[in-house]
Amino acid sequence: MKKAFIKAVSYYLPENILTNEDIAAEFPEWTAEKVGSKIGIHSRRVASEQETAADMAQKAAEKLFAEHGIDRQKIDFILLCTQSPDYFLPTSACILQDRLGISNQCGALDFNLGCSGYVYGLALAKGLVMAGIGKNILLLTAETYSKYLHPKDKGNRTIFGDAASATLISDHGPGEILGFSLGTDGSGTENLIVKTGAHRNPNKTSVVEWDEYGNPISSDFLYMSGTEIFNFMLGSVPKLVQNTLMENSLKIDDISLFVFHQANKYVLEFLRKKIRIPQEKFFIFMEQVGNTVSSTIPIALEEARKMSLLSGKILLSGFGVGYSWGGAVIDYGDPEKN
Amino acid sequence: MTVENFIQHFANQLDDTDVSVLTPLTEFKTLDEWSSLTALSIIAMADEEYNAKLKGEDLKNALTLEDLFQIVLSKKE
Repeated sequence: MKKAFIKAVSYYLPENILTNEDIAAEFPEWTAEKVGSKIGIHSRRVASEQETAADMAQKAAEKLFAEHGIDRQKIDFILLCTQSPDYFLPTSACILQDRLGISNQCGALDFNLGCSGYVYGLALAKGLVMAGIGKNILLLTAETYSKYLHPKDKGNRTIFGDAASATLISDHGPGEILGFSLGTDGSGTENLIVKTGAHRNPNKTSVVEWDEYGNPISSDFLYMSGTEIFNFMLGSVPKLVQNTLMENSLKIDDISLFVFHQANKYVLEFLRKKIRIPQEKFFIFMEQVGNTVSSTIPIALEEARKMSLLSGKILLSGFGVGYSWGGAVIDYGDPEKN
Repeated sequence: MTVENFIQHFANQLDDTDVSVLTPLTEFKTLDEWSSLTALSIIAMADEEYNAKLKGEDLKNALTLEDLFQIVLSKKE
C-alpha cells in the first residue's frame, strides 16, 4: 500500500507591508489598534500592482527548491490553488510549469478554493500519489485578495494579507498524510463572493452601498458577511474537527497540535474554547501576515516546524468561501523518537 | 434568564461601555464602540450563554437591548 507524505513547505510574502498604523492613518475613525489586538493581526503584506498570485506562487516554489534542496526535474504534478488566476485561460499552473522550468512530463492544473484550499490540495495530491499517477506533487497556494478589496473596506483590509506557499508531497517524507473529512455547502455562496467580472455578471456595476458598520458593499469587490461567515464557522468547524478525528479513529487527546485556517484570532479563540482544545496545542501565526486565505495553514505549518512543534499527529482544518471545509491529520511520527 | 442578566452578558462583550449606562431601552447600535467585531462577539455570547443562534438579520432587526433579548429568547434551543 502506497503512502503519501508532506516532504517540505516554503512560503513567500510580497514586500509591501501594511501596518495597523497605516490603516489608522487612512481611517481616523477606525480603532485599528484595538481591532488589531482583538483579531491578532498587526501587519499584513500586499502584492504590488504588477505582482500576481502566479508570480508569488513561482517565488514560493523557487524558495522550496532552494531551501530544501529539491530537484525540480523530479516534480511530476503541479496543483495550484488560487482564486486570483492570471487569465481566464490558460491555467496558471501551466504557465508556472514553463516559468519554473519543470519537465514537460508533468501534469498541471488550477483549482479554485479559498480558505479550505490547502487541505483539498493535500487530498488531491495524496490521491495522485496513492494511485501511482505522480510521485512528487508540487502543491502551490497563492492569493491576492487585496486586489479584490474596495480601498475603503477597512474591515477586510485589516483581516486579509497576500501570500503564496509551496509544498512538496511525495511517497516519502516526515509527515504522513492520513485520513480526511471534506464538506461543502454551496448555499453560502452569497455570503463571501466577488459578484462581477466573470460570466454570470460580466459587467461591473460601479454601485457602492455602505453597511451599518461603515464598510462599502459593492458587487465589483469582495463581499463578506462577517456575521454569516462567523455563524457558518460556529456551526461547521466543531463538527469538522469531530469528523476528522473519527475518520482517523483518534480522540482529541491524541492530537499534539491543531493548525486551523488562520481566519482571525478572535474567531479562532472562540472555536478553540468551543471545541475544548488546550491553548498550548493550538497554533496561531498571523500577527505579521494576516489571513492569507489558502496559505494560512502551510505558513503556520512551516512556522511550527521552525519551532520544533511538528511531532506526533497534527490536525489541519480549513474552512471558508464556498462554503467549503476540510480537515486532515498529518502524522509526524512518535514525539518520543524525534 | 432576565433582561438584566442579558444586559450584563452584553456589557461583558464591550470594552468602553459600563453596564450601568445600559438599560432595556438602550439602542445598542448607537453605542460608540458598536462595530462588526462587537456584532460577532454578541453572536458568540448568545451561542455560549443561551445556546441561541443569532443571525446578522436579527441584529439588524433589533433596535433596543430588550428587542435583542426577546429575539435571543425566541431562538433559545
